[in-house]
Amino acid sequence: MEDRPITDKLVTSADWEPLIVAFFCNWCTYTAADLAGVSRMGYDHNVRVIRVMCSGRVDPQFVLDAFAHGADGVLIGGCHPGDCHYVEGNYKTLRRYYLLKRVLRDLGIEEGRLRLEWIAASEGEKVAKTINEMVEQVRALGPLRLTRRFKEWDAELASIEAQARSEEVATHA
Amino acid sequence: MPDKPKVAFYWCASCGGCEESIVDLAEDILEVAQAVDIVFWPVAMDFKRKHVEAMPDGSILATMVNGSIRTSEQEEMAHLLRRKSQILIAYGSCAHTGGVPSLANQFSKEQILRTVYEEAPTVVNEQKVRPQPRHPYDGTALTLPEFRGLVRSLDQVVEVDYYLPGCPPTPKLLKQAVLTLLSGQLPPKGTVLAPDTAQCDSCPRKESKPADLKITEFKRPHWTQIDPEKCFLAQGIICMGPATRSGCEAQCIKGNMPCTGCFGPTSRVRDQGAKILSALASSVDAREPEEIEKILGGIPDPVGTFYRYSLAKSLLRAKVTR
Repeated sequence: MEDRPITDKLVTSADWEPLIVAFFCNWCTYTAADLAGVSRMGYDHNVRVIRVMCSGRVDPQFVLDAFAHGADGVLIGGCHPGDCHYVEGNYKTLRRYYLLKRVLRDLGIEEGRLRLEWIAASEGEKVAKTINEMVEQVRALGPLRLTRRFKEWDAELASIEAQARSEEVATHA
Repeated sequence: MPDKPKVAFYWCASCGGCEESIVDLAEDILEVAQAVDIVFWPVAMDFKRKHVEAMPDGSILATMVNGSIRTSEQEEMAHLLRRKSQILIAYGSCAHTGGVPSLANQFSKEQILRTVYEEAPTVVNEQKVRPQPRHPYDGTALTLPEFRGLVRSLDQVVEVDYYLPGCPPTPKLLKQAVLTLLSGQLPPKGTVLAPDTAQCDSCPRKESKPADLKITEFKRPHWTQIDPEKCFLAQGIICMGPATRSGCEAQCIKGNMPCTGCFGPTSRVRDQGAKILSALASSVDAREPEEIEKILGGIPDPVGTFYRYSLAKSLLRAKVTR
């Protein structure tokens, strides 16, 4: 996972739109999102869906990395409790979700920016409803803009780097 | 006789334990001192910055810098030593991943200065004087380094060739590293000079770790009678072993204390805190939200525990709204 700012253009534009990264489980929520599509249910276009085999595959690193690369919100969709294709995966997700929410809160990322929702394969409508709700919630919170914040943090290093470079030029001249 | 290879040691924001660990080489330091010329080591030898500045660029074979980077002076020294050295090594947790000092990244510069210079119970400072980068005194200007807004690892400031992990690194790893450098058989750039396996893999209590941990309660080590033979996690005591690199010879564990994660993560892990969070949470033996939250409530400070040595190098680097 290298640094690869992908969304700076979107988050720094004046007409900011929330960007939500969604991790959907292959067996339930992703299938439900497909159903929403074929049923022509419209939902906000602010979401980028990533299909994973199980919500339990969502490493907390993925969530942090999404925020670090410009996401304003992260949505995790998995099977209802008891319905996990791999028996226990969604319970693990649930437990990680509670602890991750505490870490995010302590590191200054508002609670509403991470959401876990159980959505079964038949619940296309719930996909649309959840996404629309989350987009509204994140819109109300405003942009997170971590890629921009990181650049601002590093601006204090730029002066000393310029000085070091000019010294280098001076010594080699 | 050709000149011996030159090495240097420097410290930035650190406690001094890394310097101590070099002395911990004991008799082996003679072997090292015989093989190399130590050209700069402020804690032990009387060379000044101007001596380093006078050296030709790249004339030092290797410099080991310990400590994280908090001030403009430390940045300058990092740049200077980078320029003068063929190989720059981040020595110890602070230089490697930010270390304990980078836990300060949870607070703003203003919060830190206010606490230290105004609010600390032992401070009397009615005029609320704060240190200034420049202060006129008796016709001259006194200067202090700038205090940066963020604590950084060495590689967030200059390019680093190798890392020696640990709080502090063990004399054994240091000796191995010096011998490797002298052999000329250099590992790929960016290598952490310690085994690339998890702590659990070489833990003396490995056999007592159940396949399924089923944690029902988190206990704090200072409130618990710790079984000296059994896996800490199996006793409900947070151990960073699963998310930490091995190579420390399990010193804490042999002292009946859990791993706190100073060796940083293995090469496959980007964010040590997220990784231990994942391992611990999935091992909690509960399915209902209330029960899960109750058990996880036994971890009072997840950021301070999971990122004790690595907040600067974590994916978020700091509290994002400070």
